[in-house]
Amino acid sequence: MKAGIVTYGAYVPSFRIAAEEIADTWGENGPAISRGLNVKAKSVPAPDEDSITISVEASRNALRRRAIDASRIGSVFVGSESPPYAVKPSATVLAAAIGATPDMTAADLEFACKAGTAGMQAALGMVEAGMVDYGLVVGADTSQGRPGDPLEYTASAGGAAYILGADDPIATFNDIYSYTTDTPDFWRRDLQPYPSHGGRFTGSPAYFKHITATTTTVMERMGTSPEDYKYAIFHQPNGKFPLRIGKKLGFSPEQVETGLLVPFIGNTYSGSMMLGLTAVLDAASPGDRILAVSYGSGAGSDAFDITVTDSIEKMSEAPTTMQQVEGGRMISYGVYAKFRRKIRM
Amino acid sequence: MGVARFWRENRTRYNLIGNRCPTCEKAFFPPRELCPTCHRQSIGKMVEIQFSGKGKIYSYSDVHDAPTDFSDQRPYIMAIVELDEGPRITAQIVDAIDGVEIGMPVEMVFRKIREESPEGIIHYGYKFKPAL
Ligand SMILES: [Zn+2]
Repeated sequence: MKAGIVTYGAYVPSFRIAAEEIADTWGENGPAISRGLNVKAKSVPAPDEDSITISVEASRNALRRRAIDASRIGSVFVGSESPPYAVKPSATVLAAAIGATPDMTAADLEFACKAGTAGMQAALGMVEAGMVDYGLVVGADTSQGRPGDPLEYTASAGGAAYILGADDPIATFNDIYSYTTDTPDFWRRDLQPYPSHGGRFTGSPAYFKHITATTTTVMERMGTSPEDYKYAIFHQPNGKFPLRIGKKLGFSPEQVETGLLVPFIGNTYSGSMMLGLTAVLDAASPGDRILAVSYGSGAGSDAFDITVTDSIEKMSEAPTTMQQVEGGRMISYGVYAKFRRKIRM
Repeated sequence: MGVARFWRENRTRYNLIGNRCPTCEKAFFPPRELCPTCHRQSIGKMVEIQFSGKGKIYSYSDVHDAPTDFSDQRPYIMAIVELDEGPRITAQIVDAIDGVEIGMPVEMVFRKIREESPEGIIHYGYKFKPAL
């Protein structure tokens, strides 16, 4: 049995704050910071949105694209580092909201920005083992940066949903490889509202080392080179890192740019690579080969070598990723601080 | 409203599930035990339906004097939405960047309805946004 992606959906909240607006608030050089990070704006969730509502909207968009019978979804995994409950699964709310309960299993997963792609691996294994007909996996976050911290320019909100199955997939996996180490580049302790990070340490031994390991290993195992892929998506903590790692590994900016959403919406954490992949699938044609590589602090990377099938042309209309990325309403730092509950009342 | 009462209505509120009278074809949300027109003829015959989530604005008002729980969303829009299948329901309109008007097509979205407190349960359900 060859399992793959049966359908996918994206969700991006409609509010935005400009990087320059954040910089003005803290007396920093906005244009320089915006250019340095290659981030113009980031998405901001409305006060009535959280990673659960984002998961539901992304999953419903997946079901709009392909009306599969939700009662045949046997597993629901939600990857997030910003679940609204410390104890009580997000996955059960999501499962109920799409009509998948109760003959199914569910769990929330946590691995910084790659919990969702770890969920894809788990669900794929369950589909291929014949344990479930379909597995729904979501990566979604409403991530927060400490006010005034560099992370505040990028920590944003959004999510992507994938339904995996063996029944007429629109894309199949040629290879999946992960590389995982114990690396303390970014963390958040229990009950702390904001994460901490190792500053410059987040680059070389963390992001670049792990993504290089997975990407080169997959290409070695597949006997491929960068030119064999129409698109490449690398985890997007800012707008510079994915282009830099792409260049280092031999990928052109054209291969990376279709899935590069961070300049317009910031880093959606668990949504990052998974949302980039939805933008690529929106643009892809049968036969296109895609390399999609996640990264999660702590640290690990999952690389997926994907080929798009003819079935992608059979999908119904749903809001595309770029439709949601473009547009949006700009808000001031004050409104942003209120929405994100940075003001104590 | 208590946790248990909200929980019992989760399925219908999350998914906009109502019912229809098989005799006069009228649809209801929330679901009704019997049809107010056909009375006895509808007993035990009401058919469950899931609404499409599409509708249009029948009337609306801008809420400026919001309860404390909702002050972070002030001003917001409350509307009576007429679903394509017929029923009219009261709901908040979100993401209306260019405002709303009567007759405007809207579609259901899944949002937080209310948080009991920072420690309490979070209630989710339907709101509407302008259709794409
Ligand atoms: Zn009737």
